[in-house]
Amino acid sequence: MIKPGKMLREVLTSFFQKPATVLYPYVKVLMPDRFRGKIRFLATLCIGCKLCMRDCPTNCITITKVGDKRFQAEFDLDQCIYCAQCVDSCPKKALESTADYELAQLQRNKLKMIYHAEPPPPQAAAPIE
Amino acid sequence: MANFKIPIGPQHPALKEPESFTITLNGETIIEMDMRLGYNHRGIEKACEERSYIQAMYLVERVCGICSHSHSTCFIQAVEEIAGLAIPARAQYIRTIIAELERIHSHLLWLGVAGHEIGFDTLLMYSWRDREVVMDTLAALTGNRVNYGINTIGGVRRDISKEHLAGLLKTMDILEERTKYYIEVASEEITLIQRLSGVGFISHEDTVMLGAVGPTARASGVDRDIRRDDPYLAYKDIEFQVITDTHNDVYGRTLVRVGELMQCYSMIRQLVAKIPEGPVTVKAPRKIPAGEAFSRYEAPRGEDVHYVKANGTDKAERVKIRAPTLANLQSVARMMENNRLADVPIIIAAIDPCFSCTDRMIRINDTAGRRKETISWQALRTHSLEWYRKQGVDFKDLNAKMRQRMKA
Repeated sequence: MIKPGKMLREVLTSFFQKPATVLYPYVKVLMPDRFRGKIRFLATLCIGCKLCMRDCPTNCITITKVGDKRFQAEFDLDQCIYCAQCVDSCPKKALESTADYELAQLQRNKLKMIYHAEPPPPQAAAPIE
Repeated sequence: MANFKIPIGPQHPALKEPESFTITLNGETIIEMDMRLGYNHRGIEKACEERSYIQAMYLVERVCGICSHSHSTCFIQAVEEIAGLAIPARAQYIRTIIAELERIHSHLLWLGVAGHEIGFDTLLMYSWRDREVVMDTLAALTGNRVNYGINTIGGVRRDISKEHLAGLLKTMDILEERTKYYIEVASEEITLIQRLSGVGFISHEDTVMLGAVGPTARASGVDRDIRRDDPYLAYKDIEFQVITDTHNDVYGRTLVRVGELMQCYSMIRQLVAKIPEGPVTVKAPRKIPAGEAFSRYEAPRGEDVHYVKANGTDKAERVKIRAPTLANLQSVARMMENNRLADVPIIIAAIDPCFSCTDRMIRINDTAGRRKETISWQALRTHSLEWYRKQGVDFKDLNAKMRQRMKA
């Protein structure tokens, strides 16, 4: 049967329903568990194999050796596409995705994330004679 | 009355993406349409040649924002065929589930856009509200609302748990109820029927001749669907109907898309019931042996085609992408004929165009025999500076002024 105003009923009932939108900046939207947000680097686990650098589609990761078995990571968040391929590539699970998605900045240099290496372990004390 | 030409685009409020249409009018009636592509060229195919297969996969995924899984699966199918990898059955099922969820979100998006183009914004608001349900499901399954990143060479990156599958079935129930309502709206709402009937008519013969694909072709009675004709992934294990229609107009295309939505729900239910246990990935080599493969995939907009040539290194030698819109654009010119100028936005929107996905390298062969030459970047720059100087704009002065301002 053909009749006009088919959606009128739907529109009218919507007046008495909760809004479908969220008051975003005031009500924070929770991301699902698998969400791929900002990458976190765990310096203690890194072995410097640089597989993440090799697989990164946008070359936004730089791992540099700063000392004996100590590595520093640099992320260009403006280039990162948040695919989390580095997290999958890492053999030691030194990289992980976080649920952090509010990454906008007004200055570009703030988008460079540097994860400094752990301080070197204290030198072993000289053996007591 | 003399014919006159109206340019629509590259920048125009009626278009969602830049593309140039030149429409010849007689009064309000369209005589013919000419189009120029190439305003969104991003050099993706060339960029794929400079990236390893894993990197290229993420790039190919970004060919289209809406059918991202289509492009990445189509590409990865070709790569896996060259490498001789047989991916686990569970991985194939997961890819198929994501593919069908993507079709649902794409068709609901189209329904809203079509409603918007004909001034029926109520439909836009409600169909997009319902689309959020499927977007959230995709986010829960894959980790992102768009650009799911679920594929990897040799399988999928994330498994789907039992809870996710149960949630998926609930989502299907909600969406099925809503889609039934939209089918009712499409078949009973008189304003919608009268606005869309007879608009953008293209005969069955013309559709076949111009090589249209996907819902555009199926709405003209072309019974063609890659999922059934050349089954890939898990489509051979499930039953579904290929929805066709003989209205041959925008109304037919609406009916095909909402009909396909109902098929998607039934397919996902079958996939969830049949999904086998097992691993989701096999170990893939970094270097793919030399060879070439051609892969076909039924994207929400039609047949997507990828060609990959490997040369034994970890980078592809050639990647060719033919997005479904390129196949459908030819038919748009025919659809426009004898319609009113006001129907242009909905006729273009009815093929669900994705101009950015379509733009590959094009070479225009000027048949009129005018000059043909290749210009280097430097020569082109000099030429353009010279051209502007003749128009009275001198960039040297402007640059000098700009530098002074920057210093001040």
